[in-house]
Amino acid sequence: MESEDYASGAVIGEEEIYANGRDESDPQRHRPIISSEQLDIEAYAALYTGRTKTMRLLFIADKCGIPSMELEALRMAYEEIKKGEDTQLFREIIGKINGRLGPNYALDNAWADAVDRRAESRKEKLENELNAYRTNLIKESIRMGYNDFGDFFYAHGRLGEAFKNYIRTRDYCTTSKHISHMCLNAILVSIEMGQFTHVTSYVGKAEQAVDGLDPVTIAKLRCAAGLSHLEGKKYKLAARKFLEVGPELGNNYTEIIAPQDVATYGSLCALASFDRSELKSKVIDNTNFRNFLELVPEIRELINDFYTSHYASCLEYLGNLKTNLLLDIHLHEHVETLYEQIRNKALIQYTLPFVSVDLNMMANAFNTSVTGLEKELEALITNDQIQARIDSHNKILYARHADQRNGTFQRALQTGNEFDRELRSMLLRANLIKHDYNLKGPRKY
Amino acid sequence: MNLNMNSVESLVAQIQGLSGNIGELTQLRNYLKQCDDLLRTESTRLAPLLTELDPSVHSLGYLYILEACTSATVSKDQANELVLSVARFINVCAADQIRLAPEKFISICKRLKEQVVLLEDPMRGVAPLLTSIRKLQSSTEQLTTLHPDFLLLCLMSKCYKTGLSVLEDDVFEVDQPRDLFLYCYYGGMICIGQKKFRKALELLHNVVTAPMPIISAIAVEAFKKYILVSLIHLGQFATSFPKYTSSAAQRNLKNFSQSYLDLVNSYSTGKVSDVENYVQNNKDKFESDNNLGLVKQVVSSMYKRNIQRLTQTYLTLSLQDIANTVQLNSAKEAEMHVLQMIQEGDIYATINQKDGMVRFLEDPEQYKTCEMIERLDFSIQRIMMLSKKVTTMNEVMSCDPSYLGKVGRERQRFDYDDFDTVPSKFNL
Repeated sequence: MESEDYASGAVIGEEEIYANGRDESDPQRHRPIISSEQLDIEAYAALYTGRTKTMRLLFIADKCGIPSMELEALRMAYEEIKKGEDTQLFREIIGKINGRLGPNYALDNAWADAVDRRAESRKEKLENELNAYRTNLIKESIRMGYNDFGDFFYAHGRLGEAFKNYIRTRDYCTTSKHISHMCLNAILVSIEMGQFTHVTSYVGKAEQAVDGLDPVTIAKLRCAAGLSHLEGKKYKLAARKFLEVGPELGNNYTEIIAPQDVATYGSLCALASFDRSELKSKVIDNTNFRNFLELVPEIRELINDFYTSHYASCLEYLGNLKTNLLLDIHLHEHVETLYEQIRNKALIQYTLPFVSVDLNMMANAFNTSVTGLEKELEALITNDQIQARIDSHNKILYARHADQRNGTFQRALQTGNEFDRELRSMLLRANLIKHDYNLKGPRKY
Repeated sequence: MNLNMNSVESLVAQIQGLSGNIGELTQLRNYLKQCDDLLRTESTRLAPLLTELDPSVHSLGYLYILEACTSATVSKDQANELVLSVARFINVCAADQIRLAPEKFISICKRLKEQVVLLEDPMRGVAPLLTSIRKLQSSTEQLTTLHPDFLLLCLMSKCYKTGLSVLEDDVFEVDQPRDLFLYCYYGGMICIGQKKFRKALELLHNVVTAPMPIISAIAVEAFKKYILVSLIHLGQFATSFPKYTSSAAQRNLKNFSQSYLDLVNSYSTGKVSDVENYVQNNKDKFESDNNLGLVKQVVSSMYKRNIQRLTQTYLTLSLQDIANTVQLNSAKEAEMHVLQMIQEGDIYATINQKDGMVRFLEDPEQYKTCEMIERLDFSIQRIMMLSKKVTTMNEVMSCDPSYLGKVGRERQRFDYDDFDTVPSKFNL
């Protein structure tokens, strides 16, 4: 990925040096970025590099709805873009800023033109080089040529072209390293474009085609697979993938995802889709994942609260995190669904050990009103997720123990009746078919 | 046999002479068959002959002559006379004799049915047709051509209970698919009339899923009723057909019953007001299909279904809450609904009028009584009987020459594996 870093971060800012230079082995030094306070944009942005930083900032500016925050995000995005070569994006953001940040952040035509001119000449140069390689039929050089083209287009924000060029290198890959490089490039651009089907297929290709993947690449692929499952609303699969991400990831994949995100995405998906034992074995006892959880203490607390049944505090943490999670470029669409599933899980687990539950106390534990709780429970009982019945008069929830013996009798009788009915209509149909066949064949009567 | 074909008198003599044992009767039948033309031409002169015969002893001969007599068109007065004489004959005739000439017997029964319908007095035909069905069928498993006619008369005269007595028999042997379709369709309607929705569903299901090369109007109408009954009885309707349904039915039935399928959709939302609106907007359509009454039952079944769902969720619930959740206007109305459902055994509950609370109870059935064991035993016996039937049928099938011929031919053509271990194309 060195080429990307080179292209997008022509000038490496102070923050990035800080971000990149952090020692992976010392995660304690990370500040909790995802917390209940209002998002600290600067710290947040420092977690990322490359295009995703700009895109995330723009996303925040779009969604936050707080003017000061929006301008802050736009300002940082402006600076970020200026470091790159994407003049198209530059013009867009100027439109968005709309002069609100003073003359320093106005349309800089001179810069844009200069970049465009440089881009033009660079493109020509690349074309000439590539043509030369192709006439000479040197495989490795052709691959490099296409790769350079991909990098070039990527830096200029022409993602479709970039994707095409990265894919073209495929025919000229000779070593497994090349293939994994090609796949990672393709994944990067696809995620940027939101084409998650491509992501899945290239993750698959990378995992199949290459035998000796280095741990960092494996971790990257897991992240990408997790993201694509998340996008496809397959939360359980997404959780598994995120939980498998190795500690080697560190800050090596900041052009896509920060380790904090791995913790957040993985935990929320796990909470929403795992049962209690799975949560214990795969999340809480997972030493690998614990490293990630340390980065976001609030999430760690929340998982522990959930597991130790302190639902009120767990839900409170969740509630506090919500506004910030809604500003996440990948997670925002799924926050509502995940929250609902987590809440339902909590409700189900709360009722599980009891024969009867006082609804008033339960409402307290979940920080809600009795009537609201009653409605939620009703929905869960109707969907057969809680075996209980509500005593609406005394506001008590009684667990319902299905009488096995009665149930068996009932089922046996019902099955018998159904079988009887099915068999009779089958015999009738057989008779009709026979009759039909006899008509077609030689007439007997 | 030297017979004087021109003399009706000798005919009577023959009948009187040859009504003793089975051998004589077969002889008589052959003779009567030869005389059929004579009987037709002489039909007007035959009536007096009937007085010389005893219908209970000379049933076969009496049947032939009666059939000839009644085949002519009749005026309204004569119709009355005809109905009487046929009904009398049906009552007294000997079953084994009339079974020798089933087509003649069916013909007079159909004539009887026609006449009572013309006289607008279908009730008069019900009893004779029931008797004739019993006399005609060799076992209760046989479906005769008279079944649909009988059920139709039951429907027209609203004698549903009489109709049910026939419907309780399990039918397996069918001569004409059309008979079965009509039998099931009319039978379904009778069961609907008696609110025996489960049986009705079964009968209509038979029509819808029966093997048929092309769909018929009977199947379409049956399908519409099937949808409605399914909603009333089961509270849902699975739009996919079972896989044994004929492809003709799978392809076409839904096109003919779109408004019913739309009703299913709005029913599945669980909102009474939606369904009511939909029914109101499509009232004409349902009315022209003569299904409006059934559709109204669908709507009212919805309240029931919703209240039943509450029993799964709640142990106690105030009447007011019930009224709110199932969209009834007042607690009073909710109370009436709950009361009715308790009466009909759909739910188990007690109403506490003082607090306005309903307490839902569990099904009190403990499956410990002798009746329950008997019921289980009965069920087991039945299934054993059915399974024996399947085995027998399988045996009969595997001995059926036409079936074996077909299977043998196909195997020769397609199955080379019996002769070669290597697929034939590699041998070339």
